[in-house]
Amino acid sequence: MSQVSVEKRILYKTNERQNGKVVSLFKRLVKNPFGFLGFLVILSVCIVGLLAPIIAPFNPVETDLTKKLLAPMTEGHLLGTDQLGRDILSRIIYGTRISLLIGVTTVLFAGLIGTTVGVLAGYFRGWVDVVLMRIVDVQLSFPFILLVLIINAVLGTGLKNIMLSLIVVGWVSYARVIRSEVLAIREKEYIHSCFATGVPQWEIIVKHIMPNLFTPLIVLASLQVSTFIIAEASVSFLGFGVQPPTPAWGNMLNEGKNFILSSWWLITFPGLALVITTLGINLFGDWLRDELDPEMNQNR
Amino acid sequence: MSNTLLEVKRLKKHFAINNGLFKDKSYVKAVDNVSFSVMKGETFGIVGESGCGKSTTGRTILRLNELTSGEVLFDGQDISTLSYEDMRKARRKLQMVFQDPYASLNPKKTIRQILTEPLRVHGLFTKKEREEKAAEIIEIVGLHVSHLDRYPHEFSGGQRQRIGIARAVILQPDLIIADEPVSALDVSIQSQVINLLLRLQMDFNLTYIFISHDLGVVKHITDRVAVMYLGRIVELAKTEDLYDQPMHPYTQALLSAEPIRHPDQKRDRIILKGDVPSPVSPPSGCTFHTRCVSCMEICKTEIPLLEIMEDGRSVACHLYNKM
Repeated sequence: MSQVSVEKRILYKTNERQNGKVVSLFKRLVKNPFGFLGFLVILSVCIVGLLAPIIAPFNPVETDLTKKLLAPMTEGHLLGTDQLGRDILSRIIYGTRISLLIGVTTVLFAGLIGTTVGVLAGYFRGWVDVVLMRIVDVQLSFPFILLVLIINAVLGTGLKNIMLSLIVVGWVSYARVIRSEVLAIREKEYIHSCFATGVPQWEIIVKHIMPNLFTPLIVLASLQVSTFIIAEASVSFLGFGVQPPTPAWGNMLNEGKNFILSSWWLITFPGLALVITTLGINLFGDWLRDELDPEMNQNR
Repeated sequence: MSNTLLEVKRLKKHFAINNGLFKDKSYVKAVDNVSFSVMKGETFGIVGESGCGKSTTGRTILRLNELTSGEVLFDGQDISTLSYEDMRKARRKLQMVFQDPYASLNPKKTIRQILTEPLRVHGLFTKKEREEKAAEIIEIVGLHVSHLDRYPHEFSGGQRQRIGIARAVILQPDLIIADEPVSALDVSIQSQVINLLLRLQMDFNLTYIFISHDLGVVKHITDRVAVMYLGRIVELAKTEDLYDQPMHPYTQALLSAEPIRHPDQKRDRIILKGDVPSPVSPPSGCTFHTRCVSCMEICKTEIPLLEIMEDGRSVACHLYNKM
C-alpha cells in the first residue's frame, strides 16, 4: 500500500471521529428505546422544574382550609389538595426544583469526593490507603441521622446545609466501592503494561483506571439520586430539612404518610414523581454505561 | 556480538508473606542470586517449570516488581536505583511483551490509542506523525490499517499478541523482554508469532530475553539459554550445547521431558521424584538435591555456585566442581 493512501485514510477517519461524535451519540441514543425514554423523562422533569411558575395551576404554598383534603379531579385540583388545602400538583411541580437540586448536586459532589478518595487509596495503597480508609470507618461508625443532626445543629438549617450534610454522609460509599474496584484494576495486566511502556502515573490513573470505573459509578449514582431525595424527607422529619411550607417531594411524602388511609393521594403522587424520575435516571444510566463499554456495543 | 547490553548481577526478589500479627514474616525467594548478561542482538532464553521464577526475573529487571537487592546494568547504567521518573524515561529502550494477550490490552482503548500511547508519553513526534507510525507498524505486524479504530475484544488471541508486539516495537527499543509471548496461543498461531518476532529482530536490530517453558520454541529461536530451578540459574550455555549435551541433572531431566516427533523413537526419560519444594523454605545446600538422581553428601549442605567451565558454559552443580 502506498504511503499517500494510508495517510488519506487516517485523516478521513480522524475527521469522521471528531465531527460526528455528539451527533452520532444522539443518533445511537434515539435508537435505544429504553435509554431514550430515560433521557426524555429526565429532560421533561428538568423542564417542569425550570418552568414551574408558568406550569403550576395554583400557588403551592397558599393554604385554604375550606378546601382541605379534596380528592383528585375536584374543583380544578387535578391531583387533589392536602391537609391545608394546598394544590398537590402545584406542590409537586415546585418540589421538582428542590428535590432535583438536592438529588443531583449531592450525588455529584459525593461522587467526586468519594471517587477521588477511593482512587487514591486503591492506587497508592500502603499508608495512604490506611489513613483514608480509617477516616471512612470513623465516618461510618456514626449513625446517618446523628451526623446530619450535628452538621445542621452547628451550621444551622437551610438548603445549603442539608446538601452539605448529605454529601458528608454520601461520599463514603463511593470511596469504599471505588477503592475495591481500583485495587482489582491496578493488578490487571494492561495496567502493568502501562508501567512497562513508561506511562506517567497520573495518566495511568486518569486515562487507564478511571474509564474502567464508569460501570460501578453509574450504578451507584443512579441509585443514590433517589436515596438522597428520600433522605431529605427524613431530615425534614426531624425539623432540619426543607422548612415548610416550601414544597419538596421528600417532605410531601413525610407529611402525607399521616393521611395514607383516609386520603391516599397525598402520598401517592409525590411518590409517583419520585419513582418516575428514578426510573428515568436508571434507564439513562444503563444506556450510558453500555455506551461507554466498547464490548457492549459491537455495531457502532 | 561482543558488547554487553544488559548485565544482571546477583538479582534477588523476595516476596514477604504475612503470617499473622504475632508471627515472623516469611519470604518466598522467587529470584535468588541470579546473574547473567545479554549481548547486543542476541536472543537470550530463560526456561524452567512453572513457579521457578523466570517471569519474576523478567518483571524485576523492568521493575514491574521492586527488586530486593542486586544490580541491573542496562547499557552500563544501573537502572535498579533510578527514580520513578528516570526509570519511566529509560523504559523507552526496554520494552516488554506480555504473556496473556487477552489481559494486556486495555478493553476501553482503541488500537490506535494503544499504539500511539508509547510514542506520546515519551514525547516523540507530532500527533500526525504518531498516527502514521501506528499505521506503519500495524501493517508490519501483519494487520490492516482499518483495524486501528477497533477495540481489543474484536481480535483473536494471535492478532492481539501482534498488537502487543507492535506496542513494544513502535518505540524502537534496544531490548524486548518477551514473557511467554506465545504460550497462550494455539500451536498454529504460535509459529506465526514467533516468525514475526524473528523478522522484527532482523529489521529493527532487537535484543530479546525470551522467557518460556516451551523447550521446542526456545531451542528454535534462542542463542543462549539459562535454565532456572527454584529461583536460581542451574545451567547457562549456548543453545546447541545445552540441547546436545545437558550437564546439570535438572537440565537432563527437563530435556528428557520434551516430546519427540517420531512415535517409534524412544528416549530414556528421567522421571523426577516428588514435587518442587516450596520456595518459602527451599532445601538446604543445592535446592535440587531432594530430587536429584546423582545426589551426594556435599549437595545437602553446600550451595553449588554457577561456575564457568572450559568451553564457556556455566553449571551450578557439585558434580562438575573443579576441585
